[in-house]
Amino acid sequence: MRPIRWMRRNLVVIAGVLTLVYLILPNLVVLLFSFNKPKGRFNYTWNTFSTDAWQHPCGVADMCGSLTLSLKIAVYATIGATVLGTLTAFALARYRFRGRAATNMLIFLPMAMPEVVMGASLGTLFLNMRIQFGFWTILIAHIMFCLSFVVTAVKARVMSMDPRLEQAAQDLYASPLQTFLRITLPLAAPGIAAGALLSFALSFDDYIITSFNAGSTVTFPMFVWGSAQRGTPVQVNVIGTAMFAIAVLLVLGGQLIGGRRKAKA
Amino acid sequence: MTAASAPAPVTEAPPDPVPVPAALKRAARRRRSVPYLLLLAGVVWLLVFFVAPMVYQASTSVQTGSLDTGFKVTWHFATYWDALTEYWPHFVRSLVYSGIATVLCLAIGYPLAYTIAFRAGRWRNVVLVLVIAPFFTSFLIRTLAWETILADQSPLVSFLNDIHVLDATTWLGLTEGHRVMATPLAVVCGLTYNFLPFMILPLYTSLERVDGRLHEASGDLYATPFTTFRKVTFPLSMPGVVAGTLLTFIPASGDYINAELLGSTNQKMIGNVIQSQFLRVLDYPTAAALSFILMAAILAIVTLYIRRAGTEELV
Repeated sequence: MRPIRWMRRNLVVIAGVLTLVYLILPNLVVLLFSFNKPKGRFNYTWNTFSTDAWQHPCGVADMCGSLTLSLKIAVYATIGATVLGTLTAFALARYRFRGRAATNMLIFLPMAMPEVVMGASLGTLFLNMRIQFGFWTILIAHIMFCLSFVVTAVKARVMSMDPRLEQAAQDLYASPLQTFLRITLPLAAPGIAAGALLSFALSFDDYIITSFNAGSTVTFPMFVWGSAQRGTPVQVNVIGTAMFAIAVLLVLGGQLIGGRRKAKA
Repeated sequence: MTAASAPAPVTEAPPDPVPVPAALKRAARRRRSVPYLLLLAGVVWLLVFFVAPMVYQASTSVQTGSLDTGFKVTWHFATYWDALTEYWPHFVRSLVYSGIATVLCLAIGYPLAYTIAFRAGRWRNVVLVLVIAPFFTSFLIRTLAWETILADQSPLVSFLNDIHVLDATTWLGLTEGHRVMATPLAVVCGLTYNFLPFMILPLYTSLERVDGRLHEASGDLYATPFTTFRKVTFPLSMPGVVAGTLLTFIPASGDYINAELLGSTNQKMIGNVIQSQFLRVLDYPTAAALSFILMAAILAIVTLYIRRAGTEELV
């Protein structure tokens, strides 16, 4: 009887763990098959263990070029979207003004629009303006769809901040600039960081919008898409696994530092 | 949470008989323009690269012509009619697949969000990281991994065959024969997987705000755990349910990656059609009309939802 009672009590947790397995399973497959040495061109069935791909991550033509391009675009898009988004978020969180509701709507809509619609319409615009597709059109598109996510993250954080802290700083004769740099910005930093991280991930990973605005420029997701038709190289799994590991380490490291700082305080 | 509690600077001068000094008036005006200055760059960016293309898209959809002769606005509304008569199965399929995926996401995402919010204890942050981390492996690579998992002779598919689950899904019309790849089930499974974090995170955010003492109070009043969930927890998590449903359904309805990689030609969704009209057939008016119809459908759904939930909850 006892295990049954335990199962009943922890039914939710069991279901939750199963969902987690569903979420992580593909990543484990990607990891496993990064050590595969496929028989043919397609890396779908297990053949023999090999670390070839890990030793020569750039052994495939054009792959590392596209990877560098994607990283570059992601960095620029993150900077652009974070700056514009943070300013917008402060306006929305801190001020009441005419057009506030409309602005909220404008921020929400890109998140509520299927990517294929945004990509196709922006692509049509560029096409008709005779703007050359390439690095800049991709960057413009990426900043556009990352912006809303930054605004949402920063706005939530700024709204939950205690306004009395800033008032206290001003009571203690801090200038507006000092107050902003030493009180407001550090308090808003987690929200800004979350927005920036999300932008980076979204931009690096985007395929749909990019495919409409890239012309003949090939980003990493576009490389993966192209290679999927003729057999994905094992190196793609290496990059996927490495990105996953770096992300987990970064977040866990950040948590550790944050935790230690909290413990000190 | 509304702006009322935010420290909005006083923008209106009090009705005072004493004339307000000009310097003060100037300062007030300057302060009033602050939000607009902050907004300027972001809003202009969205107006130029998001709203303008949408409007332009509408005009493209009523143009005729070809790449060589150029496109002209001829108010050719027949494009819409032709697009709908030819591609309505794709529209229906998109809405059905993404609808099923959304329901599945809610069904399997809720227990995980609940676990993180109430049962995870010190594992909470680790589990949250595990939910977000897959994002960092390109989602194309992860969708390709599903090809391996759902391949015809894979352990999972053999297992599902052995316990006759696939017979049941075949009866439901979700699979064909004894395979999963290139069937509606594979596409729905991929969609559910890809958009699951978009469901879990809003759910978690609203569940986390639920006061645990309410559960105790409900238990003290002799509610069974199920009643507590139905009458207390679930209603309180409604904002998360609404946001999560939208964030799952909308991107899923326009997705074409899953249909392309995991499905066959019989599972093509509207995204596939728009993409191929735009990038391969180069029939821009049809692509524009199709994405305009999709956009209109989505906007209608979102408006309905926002009527019920309010934008402040979502943004």
